[in-house]
Amino acid sequence: MKYAYYPGCSSESTARDQYMSIREVSIALGIQLIEPKGWTCCGSTPAHHTDRILSMALPAANLLMAKNMGLDMVVFCAACYNRMKVANYKIQTNPKIRKEISESLGEDYDGSVNVHHFVEVLIKDVGIKKLQESFTHSLDGLRVVNYYGCLLVRPNKVTHFDDPENPVCMDSLVTMMGGKSIDWPHKVECCGGGFALTRTDIVIELSNSILGMAKASGAQCMAVACPMCQINLDLRQSDINKIKNTNYNIPIVYITQLVGLCLGISPVKLGMDACVVSPRPILDTVTSN
Amino acid sequence: MSIVLRKEKTETSLQQLVKDLSGVDVAGCLQCKKCTNGCPVTTLVKVPSSEIIRRLQLNMGDSILNSDLVWMCASCETCYSRCPMHIDMASVMDALRIISVKKNASKQNGNVPLFNRWFLKTVGMFGRTYDLGMIAAYKIGTASYFQDTDKFPMMLRKRKIALLPSFEADKKYVKRIFQKKK
Repeated sequence: MKYAYYPGCSSESTARDQYMSIREVSIALGIQLIEPKGWTCCGSTPAHHTDRILSMALPAANLLMAKNMGLDMVVFCAACYNRMKVANYKIQTNPKIRKEISESLGEDYDGSVNVHHFVEVLIKDVGIKKLQESFTHSLDGLRVVNYYGCLLVRPNKVTHFDDPENPVCMDSLVTMMGGKSIDWPHKVECCGGGFALTRTDIVIELSNSILGMAKASGAQCMAVACPMCQINLDLRQSDINKIKNTNYNIPIVYITQLVGLCLGISPVKLGMDACVVSPRPILDTVTSN
Repeated sequence: MSIVLRKEKTETSLQQLVKDLSGVDVAGCLQCKKCTNGCPVTTLVKVPSSEIIRRLQLNMGDSILNSDLVWMCASCETCYSRCPMHIDMASVMDALRIISVKKNASKQNGNVPLFNRWFLKTVGMFGRTYDLGMIAAYKIGTASYFQDTDKFPMMLRKRKIALLPSFEADKKYVKRIFQKKK
């Protein structure tokens, strides 16, 4: 299993824990991840707010690097994943856009590089059998709500990631690890995403609703698959408690960190010291098989 | 919802401008309001998404650009993924934001365009985002110096924010993309 791996800009700052956990998990499972040399930003929300071609040329530049490596692209950040999928889709379906993007890049890109989310790689490529054999530890009944967010599942005809209203792939991973995956209604609600800095008021409203439902569902922790969701729900939890007069204390961890723990990797190596809300309840529950 | 019709003169209709920019034709909208009912910020805005489309259909002119949803839409794409007519509302909102900045129409809190400009500026400079530089520029631009400063030491301690930008990006493509854009 060999892939081009696009870490995304947040892996160098707010989501270094996500980067560390993916690295550790992939080494443990024999997944070879090679970063395209000199990868660049996907443009994220500011690019599609600003210019249509810019928003597709920026991810296409990285896809072109993967194409030259002859490898499929693996991404974890939901925003990067979404932008790459959209670029591929538009380039494949709209010759005019393909032409404009190739003019912008100075090279033609045909939209042919397959883009996978790391969770898809775990389930489809590594496979349930190998995962189960590799797990040395168990979540031992830990009650987990899985939060998929917006950009993995929408728009489904572009991303083709699981079911757009009720995705289950992360739930099946949690069950496989011996956790109790809770069926809850806020799997694909929006946390406020890119408004982290500009419209904190919106983030607080939306994230409050998600955390409230997680608490009401009896969750001991929330597993996420996007660095924006993680920072909004984790870093803003204390602000929400203050403003909304709540008392949430729900650890927000990357699904890869849970996988890492079950592979017997130490929490420090998985970057779990970077969590703002203490992940202690998770660490206390994980037991060796 | 009640809409007061006031005919406005514009050279090209906003509906056409949106179509040129996004490739989306809003004429097929049935006003079923699935977009509005699924929208996470519906309860926070005055003009919800289905009403924006109706106003576009009725060619109500540039007043649409001042709707609060234009800069409160979180681009979650729930509207697009649930639309029975497959209208890509998320791209319509992108087009409205682009036109809004061009026509200098934006009336809003939070100054998202300023954030976008600095975000893209750091990408143009370093090939990747530089959070600290971008946040500093945004704070100076909006005079919001003290918002979240209490979190800064903790983020540094947890290495959740990098002091220096990354110099590892190969700017070959990025340079060209930004040059072509101008």
